[in-house]
Order: sequence, then C-alpha cells, then structure tokens
Amino acid sequence: MKKNAPWANVYMAVILLLLYLPILVVVLFSFNSNPGRTANFQFEGFSLQWYQDLFNPITGYGAPLRSSLIIALWSVLLSAVLGTLGAIGLVRRPVRKSLMGRGAAALMTMGEQVSVLPIMIPEIILGIALLALFTLLGLPFGMVTLVLSHVVFCVPYIYITVKGRLASLDPGLEEAARDLGATPLKVLTTITLPLAMPAVISGCLLAFAMSMDDFVISFFVNGPHSNTLPLKIYSSVKVGVPPHVNALCTVMLAAVFLVVGFSQLYQANAARRHRAHEKRDERERKAVEGRA
Amino acid sequence: MPEERTVLLSLKGLRKTFDTQEAVSGIDLDVYAGEFLTLLGPSGCGKTTTLRIIAGLEMPTAGTVHLDGQDITHLAPERRQVNTVFQNYALFPHMNVYKNIAYGLTMRGAPKAEIQEKVEVMLDLVQLTGYEKRMPSQLSGGQRQRVAIARSLVLSPKLLLLDEPLGALDLQLRRNMQQELKRMQQRLGITFIYITHDQEEALTMSDRIALMREGRFVQLDTPKGLYEQPQTAFAASFIGATNLITATAQAVKDDEVLLDIAGFDVPCFDSDWITPGETLLLSLRAERLHLSCEPVNTACWVRGDLVESHYAGGERSSTIRVPDGQLLRARATTEGEREPTLGSAVYCWWNKDVGVLVRDDREGA
Repeated sequence: MKKNAPWANVYMAVILLLLYLPILVVVLFSFNSNPGRTANFQFEGFSLQWYQDLFNPITGYGAPLRSSLIIALWSVLLSAVLGTLGAIGLVRRPVRKSLMGRGAAALMTMGEQVSVLPIMIPEIILGIALLALFTLLGLPFGMVTLVLSHVVFCVPYIYITVKGRLASLDPGLEEAARDLGATPLKVLTTITLPLAMPAVISGCLLAFAMSMDDFVISFFVNGPHSNTLPLKIYSSVKVGVPPHVNALCTVMLAAVFLVVGFSQLYQANAARRHRAHEKRDERERKAVEGRA
Repeated sequence: MPEERTVLLSLKGLRKTFDTQEAVSGIDLDVYAGEFLTLLGPSGCGKTTTLRIIAGLEMPTAGTVHLDGQDITHLAPERRQVNTVFQNYALFPHMNVYKNIAYGLTMRGAPKAEIQEKVEVMLDLVQLTGYEKRMPSQLSGGQRQRVAIARSLVLSPKLLLLDEPLGALDLQLRRNMQQELKRMQQRLGITFIYITHDQEEALTMSDRIALMREGRFVQLDTPKGLYEQPQTAFAASFIGATNLITATAQAVKDDEVLLDIAGFDVPCFDSDWITPGETLLLSLRAERLHLSCEPVNTACWVRGDLVESHYAGGERSSTIRVPDGQLLRARATTEGEREPTLGSAVYCWWNKDVGVLVRDDREGA
C-alpha cells in the first residue's frame, strides 16, 4: 500500500473531485450576484440576495416547505411505529423458527425478505403502483396519499436499522426481565424499546431525509392542492436554474451535513466512552491479578 | 441436615428435546428447602436446560415441575417465585446499579420507600453501597456479578438459580466469591441450585451434587459420597484425580470380592452386583495410595517399578508401573520419607475400604 501511495492519493483526489465538484458549483453559484437564469455561469461577485429571496413570498417556497415537513413528520412517525413493531415481531418471535412447521418458517423468511423490498423496487414502479392503487380505492390525491406513499418507502429504513440493533442485543436481557417479574408487555416498554431507541432514532433520521428528498413517488401521488419542496424545485427549474434554487440547495445541504455530523460526533463520543471503560476494566483486572 | 426435610422443588420425568437433539432425558429430583444443590457436568450435559426449565424460560417436552407442592410446569417465568443469576449477568445496560436492583420490585408495584429500603439493604449485603449511580459498563466483572446476585435476592425468592455465576471471573476473585456466596446462602436460608463445570467449586460449596452427563443424572450425592463412593467410572474420573485400574473379579464371597490386578490377588468390598470373571475398574484416589520399599503387612497391595517421581514440597507425586503395564499415580506426603530411587521396585498399598469398584462407562467404552 505504501509503495503505491502517490497513485492512491491521486485516485482519491479524482474520485472526490468527481463526487463533490457539482455540489461545489451549486454552493459557489448560490453566492453569485449574476441574476441570469440560464446563463449565470459567470461569477460576477458575492451576494446573499438569493438567500433573501428564499424568504420572499414571491418565490413561494413557504407552503411547499411546510407540506414537505408535515408529510415527513407524519410518515416518519407512522413508519417508526410500523417498522419498530415489525422488527420486534420478527426478531423476537415467541416460537423458534426451528420449532415451527416448515410452511410457517418459510412464510416467516419470506415476510422478512418482502418487508425490505420497497427499498429495491425502482421508485418509478412504486410510484405508478401507488397511483393505480389510490385511484382504485378512490382516495383523493393530496396530503393523505403523499403520507401513505412515503410510509411505504420509509418503513424499510427503520425496520432494517431496528432489526440490526435487536439482533445484536442479548436475548438474555429480556429473559432476565421476565425472570424478575416483568410481563411481556413490560419487557417491551422497559427493556426492548429503550435499548432499541438509538436505532429507532437513527432510522427515523434516515427516513426523514428520504421523505424530504423524495421526488419520483411524490410526483405520481401528488394532488392539485398539495406541493412538496422537491416538486416545487422541479417546477422552478423547468426553464433554467433560477439562482435562488442554488441557495435553497445549499441550505438543504448544510442541514444534511449538520445532521450527519451530529450523529457522527455522537457515535464517536460513545465509542470513546466505551474504550475508556474497557481501559478501566483492564486496569482493575491487572490490580486484582497483582494482589493475587 | 435434619431428618424431616421439606421438599421445595420437585422435578418428575423431565425431558426436553430440541429439534432431534435430546438435551434433558428424564430427570427426577427433589430439592429440599434451604439446600445448596449443584448441577455438575461437562458442557452440553443439559444442566443449563434443566435450570431454564425450572426458571420457566424453557417448556419441558415432558415431565412436571412442582414448587412448594404447586404445579408450575406451565407457569410463566414472571409468575414463579424463582429467580436466576445468569451466566453473563444480563444486567440492563441502560439502567444504573440502583435501577437494576430495583427492577423486580418496581415490576411488583412496590411502594417507592419500600424499594429504596430493600435496595439499600441489598447494596450493603453485596458491599456496593455508594455505587448506586454507576452504570453496568462502569463496573468490574466482580461488581457486575454482585449486582446480578443482589437484583435476584432483593425479591426474596424461594429458590435462586445460579448458572455458572463465577465462570467469567479470574481465579482469585472466584475463590473469594465462592465463600461470599456460600455465606450469603447460609445467612438468608434461600435454596440455591447452582450450575458449574468446576468440580472443586462443586465439592466445596454444595450440600448435594447432581453429576450430569448427556441429559441424565449419573449420581446424586453429597460431595463426600460422590468423592469417596463414585458409582461409575465417569463419576470417579470427573471428580478429583483418580486411578482407574483394570481388574478381573476372581471369586465373590460374602461381602468381599477377590480381584486380580496384574497378577496380584487383591480383596475389595462391594460385591453383590459382581459376577466372577467380569472385568471391572477399581477407583483408587491418588492421595490414598501409599508407597513402601519393603513388603507391607496388609491385604491390598501391588508391586511395581517406580518410573516417575516429582517432589512438590508438601507432597510427592509418583508413577508406578505394575507388571501388566498399567500406570498408578500416587500422591503422598514427603514427611519423613526416604528419597525413592527411580526404577526400583516399590510396594503400593491402600486400605481395603478406599478402593471402589465401578463398571467402565467412559467415552468409547
């Protein structure tokens, strides 16, 4: 590895450049004073004009932002309940898979696989399918259909993270709680859920980001009186990219970086605390051995 | 223990099958109130499964569990007056020491003041006063272990199950905790069922030991009975160091059997189940064998060559090869001994009542 270090560095630089150049351009031009809609590819000077524009009612971002937030909150809330309970149900089933009939076990395995399928199904298919379903059911298109659709693709994110966490938890903890007199419901509320909570929260953050960001599915199930932020952005860029869209993208980018950075910091802290405990344990063990 | 003992726990015909594997194959057991009973056996012998059935964490395939005369075979674990100290402690990582110990009482809906009082008594008992606010991850192995014990004892169970509670501790701590546990058990008068695969631990702590193998009890006895009177070769070899010498029964008369060991005639007690001509094993504890350079005036002896001899301070361990090639190990005190010469002929003798005849039930036999 050391021998190839210069090449590895060059390779790394190229990859990073390719990944981040487009984003950099957007950030850079959000501060560009050139008001051109199509030909603003010349940097004329520094300006915060477009950030100001975002708050101007004329650009009309207020209502879409509000509906996007409402949709994201509701769909995350519903998905959190569905995904968490689903994960608990599948990981902590009362009967061992090996003790079930072959048919029931196969069904269980299938259930596990199928429940994460929405992540893999192309969004366009999901969008068309939901459109067809809601038409069939006669549901009026609008906030309700948007929330329901977002739940469909949000559930797997929460389900997967919670399932991973539960699988890594010692089932002995739940047994110990039963042993100490907790009913299954009490075990759920005092042991399982509190221990799964970090995973629920991180799944929710992921799902929230997915919901805020979704365009394709929302496009299909959107109604005449509702509009989400991505849909609004799409309609604003039909004729060139207005400079305030750059500003909006930069704001959203900053929000994402903040959330990611915060969660990274939190994890790093937890890891450091963990290491500190291990070191202390080691010291105590040595002290015990020293006395022996 | 007094003659009139009350049976606290009664297992009858207990069986447990996982898939096609039978983990417990027919166990009958009466545990008396206040007793310290140990389930001893190699890993995979079914001792943990038995314990989990008693705790209600596993349903038996067949058989019944009675606690205090009441059938609890199908009672949910939270409704049994039985608590468990788990092998890996299973402390709740998101609760501090106080909340861990208070958990059971909280589940019972005990008033706050009562919980606080009882938890404080427990903290004092396990010498963890002042550690209330610590999280389990901030405790050492020994401290975690004590929290796990306090968490179960605070509920004053009729029966406490301990699944290799000292398995993860280092030797020194283990010895200390063994004594501490035994003292606690005697002070509180709670019945303990204790699991271990450490025979020394079982011998020093238990009132009775149930030696298990492949889902069955091999022998249920006091530590002394198990050590002095093993009923099978497995029991003899699992507990302590022993010589298992191949012997042929020559003649059986009254309560004595005359054995042929490598050409020597050796009498032994315990004969009613032996048929002449049968090949058996004679279990002789290494520390019960005596060595002598001159012929001895006793019934039980063999002569062999001293092939190995190690001085180990207070005692010497010697290996003697008898004429048919079998090796005997002897451990004798070095007090006043003459330095034996390697290769010389020695007489190996023992008292007639220390030899125990068993049938060979060892692996591959």
